[in-house]
Amino acid sequence: MVYKIDPLNDRQFADEFRRNPIGSHSPGLMRVLSILRVDPSGNQVIIICRKPFAKWTLALMPPRRQDPIRFDDDMAFDSREEAEWEVFRRRWFAATGQNLNLSLSD
Amino acid sequence: MLKITGYPDRYSVAPGETIAFKVSLEDADRFHSRIVRVVHGDCNPQGPGLKFIHVPTALDGWHPGRRQSSDAGSYMVVADAPDLGARAFTFLATIWPTLVERGEQTLFAQCDPVAQSGIWIGLSSRGALAVKLIAAGATVADISTGKEMLNRQWYAIAASFDPESGRLRLAQRNLQRLALIDDSGEIETIVRLGAGAWACSFHLAGRPASDGRVETHFDGKIEAPVVLAGEHSILARDRLNAYPISCELSEATIARWDFARDIETDHAIDLGPLALHGRLVHLPARAMKGSNWDGETHDWRQRPEQYGSIHFHHDDVYDLGWETSVDVMLPADLSSGPYALHVCCGDSDESATREDYLAFFVRPPRQAHLRSRRPKVVLLAPTASYLAYANHGEHITARGAELQMNRLLQFGHADVYLYEHPELGGSLYDSHADGSGVCYSSRLRPVLNFSPRYHSWLGGHGSALYQYNADTHLFDWLAHKGVEYDVITDEDLHQEGYGLIAPYRVIITGTHPEYHSTAMWDAMKTWIDRGGRLMYMGGDGWYWRIAFHKTLPGVIEVRRAEDGIRTWMSEPGEYHHSFTGELGGLWRRIGRPPNVICGVGFIAQGFDVSGFYRRAPDAANPRAAFIFEGVEEEIIGNFGLIGGGAAGIEMDCLNAVLGSPPNMLRLASSDGHSPMMLLVNEEFGVVPPNLSADVNPRVKADLAFGETPAGGALFCTSSIAWCGSLSHNGYDNNVSRITWNVLSRFMKDEGFAS
Repeated sequence: MVYKIDPLNDRQFADEFRRNPIGSHSPGLMRVLSILRVDPSGNQVIIICRKPFAKWTLALMPPRRQDPIRFDDDMAFDSREEAEWEVFRRRWFAATGQNLNLSLSD
Repeated sequence: MLKITGYPDRYSVAPGETIAFKVSLEDADRFHSRIVRVVHGDCNPQGPGLKFIHVPTALDGWHPGRRQSSDAGSYMVVADAPDLGARAFTFLATIWPTLVERGEQTLFAQCDPVAQSGIWIGLSSRGALAVKLIAAGATVADISTGKEMLNRQWYAIAASFDPESGRLRLAQRNLQRLALIDDSGEIETIVRLGAGAWACSFHLAGRPASDGRVETHFDGKIEAPVVLAGEHSILARDRLNAYPISCELSEATIARWDFARDIETDHAIDLGPLALHGRLVHLPARAMKGSNWDGETHDWRQRPEQYGSIHFHHDDVYDLGWETSVDVMLPADLSSGPYALHVCCGDSDESATREDYLAFFVRPPRQAHLRSRRPKVVLLAPTASYLAYANHGEHITARGAELQMNRLLQFGHADVYLYEHPELGGSLYDSHADGSGVCYSSRLRPVLNFSPRYHSWLGGHGSALYQYNADTHLFDWLAHKGVEYDVITDEDLHQEGYGLIAPYRVIITGTHPEYHSTAMWDAMKTWIDRGGRLMYMGGDGWYWRIAFHKTLPGVIEVRRAEDGIRTWMSEPGEYHHSFTGELGGLWRRIGRPPNVICGVGFIAQGFDVSGFYRRAPDAANPRAAFIFEGVEEEIIGNFGLIGGGAAGIEMDCLNAVLGSPPNMLRLASSDGHSPMMLLVNEEFGVVPPNLSADVNPRVKADLAFGETPAGGALFCTSSIAWCGSLSHNGYDNNVSRITWNVLSRFMKDEGFAS
């Protein structure tokens, strides 16, 4: 049976991800990410590089290539790490119903 | 997003030769161009930044331009065929559809797209055999069997029409009987059309449109298509296989194509009396097993009659055939090296990129008398590997890619353009829309990731470069060090062999020279065996065997056979290249592991962050003293633009069992990897739980050196990320120093002790 994220016991891994969104991760965080990063709907969240090494936004790539990418320009990020954390927060909420009300720099 | 793109007509051009560029503009009518020498294509502010040197030519300035169209999809055409409209005829074939849900698809057509008259035989929008009769622009008959075919099942099909009686008949039969599946059937109707002129061409797997394009392509295999005079039942298919063929059928034959003939070519041979040979456009896959494949033969050269099918795809691409926008004769004294045509159609901003770099290489002169006094060093530009990854689109199509990268997938403007333009064709890592693997890749189309400034979703965190643009880190370092060098491409080496590289003392590879033809492999082995000094500056080299087409320029083939990192897998029985007949797959599985060429072989891959090297005992060996001159540190390469370290992305190690020479020195081994650095699958038979670097000591790169019997030597960085560390700290670092120590020693006349 596929692991179900426990918002209490796995919270430590959310904190670990916030400290280091891109890099070497603990086995516990790897398991959480392996769950959060699979979307059975076939939709895929991606980041759009608007200005190399300076500005990124989010977008949703649909399951069918014939359909257009949906750009989400409401939020812009100064680093890839900020974008990673925002997507992690959204996925965490979708999986657990709980908000991670922290910014990357908090 | 991307508002301008294009491609050169060749990747390798000699001084004094002409090179042409095909440019397409999305929303402009002119573009500015200039040729530049490519020094550094990475705009990462942590590195040296973009570096291009303008080379004044007649191309400097503004030129008219327009949007060029891309008409993908393979098909067969017979340009001069008898008009079938005047008499009764039957079309027979065996087919293996692979994407029936895609909508209408053409099997056979004789249509005049201007007069809009003719016959179309294909799959209906619901996947049933269908036929349309068209006269003066009106569809006068549109019938189908109404029996939806299943993907990947073999069907015999027959369609006949007699203009005199008006009888139109269709039949489809699954060659297998399936329980509770109703997918065979037939239908007959009367159509009052009368005899009329249709067209003077036959099309298979595509239908000509009035604008000159070919549309409504078929996805799947077609085997043994036949056109007979008169009306014949579906059973005629079986009688056509008899030998000798009956007099009745022989007399009735208008065309009978045998796709088992001339498999290595783009010709479709007609065994019929009129020799209506077809031309295959956009390289549908050949050497495909047919409905009669019995599993006993895996080499199509042994039993070609079991490989009589061709797999067509609506997204096959060989040559997009864009018009030349500009061309130029290069100066006769132009130095060999990496170059590009910079094209620009306006200012770029966050929503649109209006410039592109169309990369190419200037090779040494072709004439031997002009090639005297070459530099000691040559860079072997891995253009076969660039082609293998051309328009690599797994970030678009593979939903597991984010997990593999251990971070979100980044799309630049070029990636969004690629998403919106699948007609540019995929890489050898991609699959067609029907799920079958892309086994051919060509350079006669825009290749968006063969360009300076392209940042790959696949490259390590930081600069995120992979293949061509990662190699610009090496171009830059060679320029910084003032190294005089030539560039030859894989295609040059394949065509000209050992003689082309014989004059050079040192060959430097790119960061990921993964794909090699037999001719390339043999030439390199000969050069090494005769005292060459190889600087293998990357990882996962000499991994896949490829074939170049014997007559069509600029296209390679791979078969993903049996083993290795495979994003798709060749079907059983389809492991042999259609271009040559050679067994495809990993060189390792063919008995020539990479260790035999470069001393090391592929061991692990991971695409997030990179590790570093730690000195190994062999570093103290006096034979290696020259390599570590001025390098005192225990840790090497704990910095860099590719994942933050010199050891990463794809890595190799020494392995005497696989052929690493026993005298190779293990100078250093890597450490500090992420758990996403994983053992490659050809290294285990039973899946072990300890695949990752944090729990498996085999997951490491070996920095290695060894002498060869003829006084040459091998130096192996064993890591794709190595070159990303060269420029750190103003090029003053231990990776740069080690590389320079090796290069300067390798350039000397003095041989190595053997």
